[in-house]
Amino acid sequence: MTETPLPPVLAEIRDDFLALGERDRLQLLLEFSRELPEIPVRYQSAPGLLERVEECQSPVRAFAEIDGEQRVHLYATAPAEAPTTRGFASILAQGLDGLTPQEVLDVPDDYPLSLGLTNAVSPLRLNGMSGILTRAKRQVREQLAAA
Amino acid sequence: MPAALDTSSPKINEYAHPERLVTSSWLAEHLGDPDLVVVESDEDVLLYETGHIPGAVKIDWHTDLNDPEVREFITGAQFATLLGSKGIGPDTTIVIYGDKNNWWAAYAAWLFTIYGHADVRLLDGGRNLWVAEGRELTTDVPAPEAVDYPATERDDVTYRAFKEDVLAHIGQGPLVDIRSFPEYTGERLHIPDYPEEGVLRGGHIPTARNVPWATAVAEDGTYKSRDELQGIYQAGGLGLTDDDAIITYCRIGERSSHTWFALHFLLGLENVRNYDGSWTEWGNAVRVPIAKGEEPGELAA
Repeated sequence: MTETPLPPVLAEIRDDFLALGERDRLQLLLEFSRELPEIPVRYQSAPGLLERVEECQSPVRAFAEIDGEQRVHLYATAPAEAPTTRGFASILAQGLDGLTPQEVLDVPDDYPLSLGLTNAVSPLRLNGMSGILTRAKRQVREQLAAA
Repeated sequence: MPAALDTSSPKINEYAHPERLVTSSWLAEHLGDPDLVVVESDEDVLLYETGHIPGAVKIDWHTDLNDPEVREFITGAQFATLLGSKGIGPDTTIVIYGDKNNWWAAYAAWLFTIYGHADVRLLDGGRNLWVAEGRELTTDVPAPEAVDYPATERDDVTYRAFKEDVLAHIGQGPLVDIRSFPEYTGERLHIPDYPEEGVLRGGHIPTARNVPWATAVAEDGTYKSRDELQGIYQAGGLGLTDDDAIITYCRIGERSSHTWFALHFLLGLENVRNYDGSWTEWGNAVRVPIAKGEEPGELAA
């Protein structure tokens, strides 16, 4: 069995983190937190459509959506006072954007652990990112099943 | 020489140890004091980087204060090195603040106390109040000159309780469980949104009574007045007295540090220990007694 290669944006993000020393990795995560895009208007007016990610210590809501072209987009929102969570959501929003549903499902579940953040952030906090990824995959599966 | 005391607040002056709390206005006026170092300690590891109180240094509970291998805090020697590197000497006044109503700040205050640092204070209301008042924040990270902090011994006896201590304590003195009510009854294993510290069993330590940590704070996140705290924890409430040996616990010891601080420093109860192993240890331990439901329960004969 050959391993599915990591989608290019996710691979690039991982390599960017690993190229840095541990302190600078936190800075990069902070930059990601600032880049988390606003959620589309249709979700802003109906935040219930976004699912709460229980693994995150701070309230984050996220939803992975398959568009008409069979491409996935992850939308997420988290408060400004939760920059770590915003950073996690931002990495996945950028890294998963435009992938096919199968490509999203093939992303390794341990991707969050591959960023070299375990010491700088702590394993407990990294669980929040795994929680967002796990939910995104389930949401994709549910939409595939309903199609 | 320690920094001056905040005597500006009638509420703070009422506490048993008014020297342990400062108001945001006092701190704003004393930010440049040579004998004072402000420490931010947060749940969110990046929050300090988005902006902090000018001159404040960051100490993170997960990455700075814990041993990376063993589930234990750093050694006294490591603590001395850490504080020295932040420009803190043994005589420095430390004012700690943080997010989430000072949970992690109170945890740091408890830890700094058991490492023997003399002058540890909390910013009443924490980071939220400072921000809500529109006070200054900066992203400038100070580069303090390292100072000498002599190696210290952590005192694991006076204010810290281990699982074995708690087992021996059941039936001997009050236990205060400061988690949410559904956690206490065992209906749920974690507070909403915090399932990450997995446990296998729900419920509480037999005889423990439940006073969620938030009971101790006012709407703006500051501690309630001494009168109000007495009504909650002493006569008319839990009934704790000066003669009691008391143990507090929660999930991992951070919220119970917040209550420990209130019981010990604000109400002046002498003998209060925090069980930092808390429910993530107890709820996973083999053959320890557990009570379920709304009643405190008894120690099984």
